[in-house]
Amino acid sequence: MFQEYDVIVVGAGHAGCEAAASAANLGSTVLLITMNMQTIAQMSCNPAMGGIAKGQIVREIDALGGYSGIVTDKSMIQFRMLNRSKGPAMWSPRAQSDRMLFATTWREMLEQTERVDFYQDMVQSIIIKNDKACGVVTGMGHRIHSKSVVVTSGTFLNGVIHIGEKRLGGGRISEKAATGITEQLVELGFESDRLKTGTPPRVDSRSLDYSKMEEQKGDDEIVGFSYLPVEKIKASQQRSCHITYTNSEVHEMLKTGFDRSPMYQGRIEGVGPRYCPSIEDKINRFAERERHQLFVEPEGWNTVEIYVNGFSTSLPEDVQNQALRMVPGFEKCKIFRPGYAIEYDFFPPTQLTYTLETKLISNLFFAGQINGTTGYEEAACQGLMAGINAHQKAANLSPFVLKRNEAYIGVLIDDLISKGTDEPYRMFTSRAEYRTLLRQDNADLRLTELSYRLGLASQERMEMVKIKNDSVSTLKAIFASFSIEPQEINPYFQEIDSALVTEKQKAAKLLLRPNVTLSTLLQYVPRLANALPDVPFDILEQAEIQMKYERYIEKEEELVQRMSQLENMIIPNAFDYDKVTAISNEALQKFKKIKPQTLGQASRISGVNPSDVQILMVFMGR
Amino acid sequence: MGWEDTIVALATPPGIGAIGVIRLSGKNAIIIVNELFPSKNLLQQATHTLHVGFLKSNIEVLDEVVVALYKNPKSYTGEDVVEISCHGSPFIQEKILQTIIQNGCRIAKPGEFTQRAFLNGKLDLTQAEAVADLIASNTEASRNAALQNIRGGFSNILSVLREELIKFSALIELELDFSEEDVAFADRKQLNELIQKLQGTTAILLQSFSLGNVIKNGVQVAIIGKPNAGKSTLLNTLLNENRAIVSEIAGTTRDTIEEVLNIDGILFRLIDTAGIRNQTDDVIESIGVQRSYDTMAKADIVLYLFDVNTTSSEDLMTAINEFESKQLKYILVGNKVDEEDNLFHKKYLNVSDILFISAKENRAVNKVKQHLFAEAVQGNINQEATIITNARHYEALQKLAVSLLEIEQGLSNNIASDLIALDIRQALHFLGEITGEITNEDQLDYIFSKFCIGK
Repeated sequence: MFQEYDVIVVGAGHAGCEAAASAANLGSTVLLITMNMQTIAQMSCNPAMGGIAKGQIVREIDALGGYSGIVTDKSMIQFRMLNRSKGPAMWSPRAQSDRMLFATTWREMLEQTERVDFYQDMVQSIIIKNDKACGVVTGMGHRIHSKSVVVTSGTFLNGVIHIGEKRLGGGRISEKAATGITEQLVELGFESDRLKTGTPPRVDSRSLDYSKMEEQKGDDEIVGFSYLPVEKIKASQQRSCHITYTNSEVHEMLKTGFDRSPMYQGRIEGVGPRYCPSIEDKINRFAERERHQLFVEPEGWNTVEIYVNGFSTSLPEDVQNQALRMVPGFEKCKIFRPGYAIEYDFFPPTQLTYTLETKLISNLFFAGQINGTTGYEEAACQGLMAGINAHQKAANLSPFVLKRNEAYIGVLIDDLISKGTDEPYRMFTSRAEYRTLLRQDNADLRLTELSYRLGLASQERMEMVKIKNDSVSTLKAIFASFSIEPQEINPYFQEIDSALVTEKQKAAKLLLRPNVTLSTLLQYVPRLANALPDVPFDILEQAEIQMKYERYIEKEEELVQRMSQLENMIIPNAFDYDKVTAISNEALQKFKKIKPQTLGQASRISGVNPSDVQILMVFMGR
Repeated sequence: MGWEDTIVALATPPGIGAIGVIRLSGKNAIIIVNELFPSKNLLQQATHTLHVGFLKSNIEVLDEVVVALYKNPKSYTGEDVVEISCHGSPFIQEKILQTIIQNGCRIAKPGEFTQRAFLNGKLDLTQAEAVADLIASNTEASRNAALQNIRGGFSNILSVLREELIKFSALIELELDFSEEDVAFADRKQLNELIQKLQGTTAILLQSFSLGNVIKNGVQVAIIGKPNAGKSTLLNTLLNENRAIVSEIAGTTRDTIEEVLNIDGILFRLIDTAGIRNQTDDVIESIGVQRSYDTMAKADIVLYLFDVNTTSSEDLMTAINEFESKQLKYILVGNKVDEEDNLFHKKYLNVSDILFISAKENRAVNKVKQHLFAEAVQGNINQEATIITNARHYEALQKLAVSLLEIEQGLSNNIASDLIALDIRQALHFLGEITGEITNEDQLDYIFSKFCIGK
C-alpha cells in the first residue's frame, strides 16, 4: 500500500511540519504521519510565536527557507517588536496568532508542497536493520519503509495528564498518548527520562470585564517574521491583549487546592521548566509577592476563546474556577477548558550528533520536545535541521550544521548535544556568546546563502539578500564619505544638551555617538537625505545598525576568530579517550559519553577544564 | 596553522641557577622583543642568531640579556620564537615577563608551547604523549600552589567578587531576556554602585597580587623568639650590617624591623619582631609572640629563635605546638651555642631538626640561609608555581579591571545594556580564569532564584 519514502516524519507539530517541508523541498519524498489530521501544527500552549530569543529563531528558520515565519505572518492578530529600547541584538519580534488559522495555514502550505504525503496513524516502532533506521510500523499494522526517519513526538510519548487528583493518559487534553517507541528504543540501549509542562485554563471572552484590565496594543508598524513579502494585516486591524493581576485572595484560594495538587502530592516525577512555572509554584516559591501578572490573550479572529497566560496550573478544576473568579475582570469568568500539567518521555539529547541523528541508530533523527526542549520555535528549528539532515543522509550528501556564531539554531543544537538538559530547554539570548552577531535583522544575511547553496532557500530569497547586501554597502560608502558641517548638526546637540562638534565630521562618525540615530541625521541634515538612494526602510535600518554598532560587531567577530581554531579541530570518531591518561576522570567520562566532534564542543561540556582540552589537543590525531 | 596571539613563559625554574630563560612564541614574538631591545633591530637579524644588549622598558633598564632568535618554521613551536636569557633573579624575570605582557603578549597556558609544536608538526605523538603527562602534573601542581597561595583572605575576596559579578551580570541579563516580566529591574544607579564595588575589590586584589607579591616582597620570614633570644643579632649577622639596635637589655627592639636578604637569587623579607613580654599571660610569654602574632600569620616561614641556655625542652614543645596548630612552616634555631656541644642535642632529644648557631660569633649562621632557601624552593612555597600563578592571576585581573572600566563607561554613557553585556562577558571570562568558568547557567540560577519569572 505504501511506496518506499526517502524520509518518514513521525508527528506533525511544529518540528514535524518543518521537517517534512524542508526534506521535501530539498527533493526527498516524504510521508508525514500524524495521529490526527485535524491537529496538524497545533499551538498546544499559548497562541503566540516569537518573543525574546525565540523571535530571532523564527527569523532564522525563515532565512533558511522554513515555513514558520510565513505561517505566523499570515495568521497573526497582533505584532510587537519587543525590547525596542535596547540595542538591535535584543529586538525580538513576537506575534499573537489566530490558533486555528495558524494550523490551517500550515496544513495548506504543506499540502501545496510537492512530495509531501500524509497518513493518519500512530507509529508504534521503528524498523531497524543493522543499527540503521529504515522505516516505521504503525498501530494499524502497516510497515512503511524509508531511508531516514524523523521522530517528533512532542508530549505524546507515554503522555500523562494531571488535573488535581485526576490522572489521564494523553498527549494533549482529549487526545490519545502514543506508546511503543520509548520501550523499543530503551530496549536498544537508549536512555529516556520524564519531563513536565503545563498549560493554563481557556476561558470565555464574553464572561470577562475588560474595563478592569490594562490594554496591551500591538505596534504601530508590523515588521513581521518572513523576509519574503508576505501579505500581513494592517496595524489598525490588530487585536489587543489585556493585562490583569492575581491578588492575595486568589493566592489563598489556590492554596486550598494544594492538598489535591499532583505536584505537591509527588504524583508528578517529571521536571518542569523554571521559567514557565505554574501559578501554584509561583505563589509557593515567591510567597512575598502580592500579585502576579496575567496576560489575557485572544485565541483568534473568530472565536471568543481566551488564553489566560500566566495561570498555568494543575490544581483541581473547582479551585481553578474559584480562584480565577477572584481576579479583577474575571468575576463572572466561564472556563472552556481547565489548565493541566502533562508529563512525557524525552531522550536526553547528548545521545545525538550535530545533525540531530542518534548516535546509536543511524538514519534516525529526533526533533523538538523529544530532545528536552520547550517552545514552538525551539521545536520548529530542530525540525527544520532534522528534516534537512534526514534528506542529506537519505541522498548521501554531507551534513548541514550551523555554528554557534552563525545562528541561535547553532547555539541550541550545540547546547543540547554537548551539555544535555535536565529541565525543558528554552532559548535565551544570554545563551549565545555572539549575541551582537545573531540579530533578527540579519538572519537572512547570515543564513540564506548557506541554505541556497544547499538547495533549500529559493532563488527569490537569494536575490533579495544580494540586493540588501549591495544597497547596504552603497549606503555605508555614502555615510563614510559624506561630511556634515557643525552648523548643520549642532542645533540638535544644543537641543539635547550634548557636546557640540567644532569641525565637520563624516556622517558615519557622527552616527557612532550614542545619542545620534540615522533619523536624527536625516532630519537635521536634509542634504544627506537627498544624497541617499531610494531604498526600503529595512535596508536603511540595516546600514544604520552595521555602522552604529560596528565596534561591538567587530569585537564579537574577533572572539569568533579566536574560538574558531578550537571549533575547526575535528576529533576523530574512533578517538580512544582511555589512552589519554592525564585527563581528569570527570572529563574522561563526559568525553566518552558525549563524544564531542570538535575541540570547541569538548571545551563547552560542563565539568571539563581547559587543561583537559589542552591535553586532548596534544593527543589528537591518533 | 597560525595562532593569532603570542605567548610567553619562563622556560627555566627561577631562583635556581644563575640564568633564567624567558621564551616567546607567536606571530609578534620578535616584534615585541624588538620594542624592548633598543641596541639592535632584531627584525633584520637572521634566524638562529644571538644578540647581547640591554632590555629596556621605556627608559628603565630591566637587565642585560642575550636574545636568541628562531624564525618560523625552524623553531621549537614552528612559529617565531625568541628566547631571552636574563639573570636568575625572580624579581628581574617577573619584571621582564610583566613588561612583555604589557606589550601584547599573553602568558602561555601549561604545555602550550608543546601544544603548538605538536599541532605545527614539530613533535611526533610519542614525544607529545610524554609531554601530556607533564602538562597534567604541572597543572595539578600550579592548581595546588594557586590554592595555597590564595590563602584565607584572598579566596574570600575572590568568591565575593565572583558572586558580585554574577549578580551584576544577572541583573543586566534580567532586563534583556526577561524585559517582559513583571519584576523590578535594577536601575542604573544600583548598577553603578555595584560596578564601583567590583572595581574596588579588583583593585585590592590587583594590589595584593601586583608584580608577583611574593617575589617583590620576597618570601616573608618572621623571626620569632623570646625577648633577648638574639633576634636582632641574628638579623644583623645574616645581613652583615648593623641595622637593628642590639643591646643586652631585653625588649630593645621597639618595633618590627624588615630587611631584605638575597639568598641565591631568591629574596627573603626578614621581619624581626619585638619579643615583647607580657606580664599577665605566661603561655604567650613563653614563646614571645604576643605582638608578633600578625607577622607570624602572614609569614611564609617562621624562624623561631631561642636561647639554648634559658629554654627548656618543654618551652620549645609549647612553641612547636603553637606553630603546628596554626599550620605554620617553621625553622627552629637554637642560639648562643658557644661551641658544637652534644649537650644541646640531648637537651632537646625529642625535637629533631634544630639548627644550633651563635649569631654573635657568626657560627653556623650559613646553615640558616641554606635552610631558608631549601624551604622556599622545595617546600610548598614553590617558586615556579608562585610566580606563574601570580602572573596569570595578575594578567587576568588586569584584564578584568579593563573590562570593568569599559562597563562603567558604558553605564555612564547610557549605552544599551546588551552592548554593556559584551564587556561583562569579557569580565566574567577573565575572573573565570581564576575562580573557574562562570557560565550562563550561573546567571540563570541567580535570576530564577531571585525573581519570579515566567508566564
